[in-house]
Amino acid sequence: MTEEKRYPEKPEKVYYFGTCLMDLLYPEAGLAGMQLIQREGVEVVFPQDQTCCGQPAWNSGYRVEAIRVARRQLDCFNEDYPIVVPSGSCAGMMRHQYPEMFKGNTDELRANTLAGRIFELTEFLVHVLKITLEDLGSPVKVALHTSCAARREMGVATEHEALLKQLSNVEILEQSRKEECCGFGGTFAVKHPAISAEMVSEKANAITATGADTLISGDCGCLMNIAGHLEYQEKQIDSHHIASFIWERTHATER
Amino acid sequence: MQQSAEFHTRVEHALANGQIKASFRSAMDGLMAKRKAAFPDTEALEILRLHGAQIRANSLSKLPELLEQLEMNCHKNGIQVHWAESIEDANNIVLTIMQNHQADLLIKGKSMVSEEMELNQFLEQHGIECIESDLGEYILQLAGEPPSHIVAPAIHKSRQQIAHLFNEKFPDIPYSDDVDRLTRNAREILRKKFYAARVGLSGVNFAVAETGTLCLVENEGNGRMCTTVPPVHIAVTGIEKVVEKLEHIPPLLKLLCRSATGQTITTYFNMITSPRKLGEKDGPEEIHLVLLDNGRSRIYEDDELITTLRCIRCGACMNHCPVYARIGGHAYGSTIPGPIGSILEPQKAGLDKLGDLPTASTLCGACAEVCPVHIPIPKLLNRLRYERTRNDHAGATLGQSSGRTVMEAGTWKGWSWVHSQPRLYRLAMYIITRLRKLLPQRIGPWTQVRKAPHIAPKTLHELALKEGFNDK
Amino acid sequence: MTNNARDAILQRLQNSQPSFDNSDKPVSVETPEWPIKERIEQFKSILESVRAEVHLAHPDHWTDTLKSLAKKKQLNNLLYAKKGPLGKMIEDSWDNTEQPVLVNNEGPISEWKESLFFHIDAAVTSSRAAIAETGSLVLWPTEHEPRSWSLVPPVHFVVLDANKLYNTFAEVVEHEQWQQDMPTNALLISGPSKSADIEQTLAYGVHGPTDLIVIVLT
Ligand code: SF4
Repeated sequence: MTEEKRYPEKPEKVYYFGTCLMDLLYPEAGLAGMQLIQREGVEVVFPQDQTCCGQPAWNSGYRVEAIRVARRQLDCFNEDYPIVVPSGSCAGMMRHQYPEMFKGNTDELRANTLAGRIFELTEFLVHVLKITLEDLGSPVKVALHTSCAARREMGVATEHEALLKQLSNVEILEQSRKEECCGFGGTFAVKHPAISAEMVSEKANAITATGADTLISGDCGCLMNIAGHLEYQEKQIDSHHIASFIWERTHATER
Repeated sequence: MQQSAEFHTRVEHALANGQIKASFRSAMDGLMAKRKAAFPDTEALEILRLHGAQIRANSLSKLPELLEQLEMNCHKNGIQVHWAESIEDANNIVLTIMQNHQADLLIKGKSMVSEEMELNQFLEQHGIECIESDLGEYILQLAGEPPSHIVAPAIHKSRQQIAHLFNEKFPDIPYSDDVDRLTRNAREILRKKFYAARVGLSGVNFAVAETGTLCLVENEGNGRMCTTVPPVHIAVTGIEKVVEKLEHIPPLLKLLCRSATGQTITTYFNMITSPRKLGEKDGPEEIHLVLLDNGRSRIYEDDELITTLRCIRCGACMNHCPVYARIGGHAYGSTIPGPIGSILEPQKAGLDKLGDLPTASTLCGACAEVCPVHIPIPKLLNRLRYERTRNDHAGATLGQSSGRTVMEAGTWKGWSWVHSQPRLYRLAMYIITRLRKLLPQRIGPWTQVRKAPHIAPKTLHELALKEGFNDK
Repeated sequence: MTNNARDAILQRLQNSQPSFDNSDKPVSVETPEWPIKERIEQFKSILESVRAEVHLAHPDHWTDTLKSLAKKKQLNNLLYAKKGPLGKMIEDSWDNTEQPVLVNNEGPISEWKESLFFHIDAAVTSSRAAIAETGSLVLWPTEHEPRSWSLVPPVHFVVLDANKLYNTFAEVVEHEQWQQDMPTNALLISGPSKSADIEQTLAYGVHGPTDLIVIVLT
């Protein structure tokens, strides 16, 4: 990303966009993200009418269908609060694709203003909330898989790492070819299962080879893909969304 | 979906072949590392990429004027310019030149456009022998295979395979799988061809409008041979290769060499501006430039898709593509493989023929991250997916709507219907979470290598309400 | 056919000229500049990294260097341009009985192609300029030093005046105003001929010279 990123002062309130995958598969991670923000003294608003950013259809070429869903999201975030998204992929969609989707259309302005208020969770924690974490957990070795959207579209790979590095009992082990895609790619995994299988198995092997106890990712798509494969292979590796991992290790009452 | 079946067969064939995977994986790892080392200063690289993108975009924005200027300057310098709408036209132009010179042997430098034209097959039907002189291309010609990479065409072949191939074709030369020995053998065989050929053919990396100069980038010297030794030189190129000014060449050359192989510069940079002048002792007496359209002007019509034409064919996008690294170049079934092939080729051949290619990507963005001229490849892949499935027949892309199926369209309609009605969505998610134990644990290809995802007992919507997070 | 094709293609392009912004604002690309000593160092080290030889010599005695290198390579003959910029010095310093034998031929290559292709061991040419950043020699072949001399014989000696060593390619093009008058053929040569087409393994001397030997006059 060549544009200079600008971050606002710490706000009183934020919106939270939970993403459809989290809603159904990782709600506790979604909640953890909200709790992390709330703990920093910021009120989190979760509009109940949110559904999905529209990316699955958009990336499959079904634009009319995608726009219909995306437009419904525009209605949910009318106030001027920052919108925090615990996924590089969905954040990238809303920040970078929405302006394209609604170009030349009556909702263009709304889409553009919304796009400008989108922050991926880790960048929000690091740059806006300037969070400091105290690690209450026991020593653990982790491997971090940063999603392609988080790394390239949102440019927040360093923020993911920075947060984990604040946790004193967490050792990050680096897998080989860590920048490479895990092979999820939404409908790609269904349309081209053989290539996807090849990619996810190599990714999973690289992660197992590090000797890590836990796999962490900031994106549920990758998590579902890699962890699904690790489980299929009956590998003894835990997997966590970065939000729930951080929350559980820094949340006093749970320990 | 004939094309899908064929594509999947080729993919499976590639994935099942351990050697293909091993060759590509290690070669691509090497090329990525070399590129990285060639651009130690990321900030300088970003500036240079912007510069490269700007040069190419500007040249494209003036393309018709620049083509006329190029033609005018070429004429002034004595280069004959031919225009070809289609590959048939281009092939016939080359054939006529060959026939005018009663030439039955064409010595060729590396040219992806001639691959696009399938020139060798065409000329051979007319009794003309074509010899590829780039080492990699020559190996492939012996093997009867197309290139699998635009910069390193024979990357899929092992040294031993090449050694056996040479031994089979030239039984008189003692068997050797030593790279130096193999190279020397090829040198000796091809030297005789350079010596004998009356016509040489090359591609063009950049054509400079302001001077009428054809630029060629290469390491082996075969490109120089083809354009220096035979009395006639034919250069074939796509119409998009024009660059406005000579001063634009140094930055593009730097981007091209470093992005492609991590070289500071290639061994030879060959700038050809005219045929042999009076008193000069060598060089072709005649130069022909063939400008090929073959669908490029259609790509040019679209303000977004036009960025495809910026490409300077460095191959960095394929070197960095996780899909290409696994299936190799042949699986694509197109002249140019990899990410750039997946956007360029379906636009040229039609989405009805190559519409699968844009779907064979995770949109991971590794290609766009390295492309020296900032082609937004994932965005264009996405766009072509749309062109392939849209049903309003309002775009200009060839083979539009050809990939739309009732099943798929119906699925997305249903998805859209649920996700654009929040109450319905919440109800649907409520039901799914409550019935999660009853849902199938095998879901198509997903669970062939993965366990099914675990659906939570309650949705985030519910948890947020329960934990007292406000809705407004 | 061609004319129709020409008009049709141009017409289509004109009808659909894009509406995107074409910013002409120049991007400021930083170009390296080295003082002469470092420039030579840079030039030398880049060329050596691609297996070329670079030797520094005094402008009055460079033929000694040429001679001893040619002897070491055990060359039988050496092609030189009698009427070229180096001709006189080479002739003056060469003893007729010495190896390699000096060869000169001012005729069109087609008349002695066989000997050039199969019997000449080495050629020596001058160089118009050079580029430090990329370790490149700039050659504009002339009627005395034709372009195949730097290509066909297995060994190519190049004599370069260090004063003609520029920092970058862009600098040469700009300084010498190439766009005003391009020669028939302008070449950048940055090493011996090479290929990595077999298993990414470098091999030298594919079609052009196996040895590129540069003598820099300082
Ligand atoms: S698309 Fe970009 S990266 Fe790919 S070959 Fe073309 S210029 Fe290189």
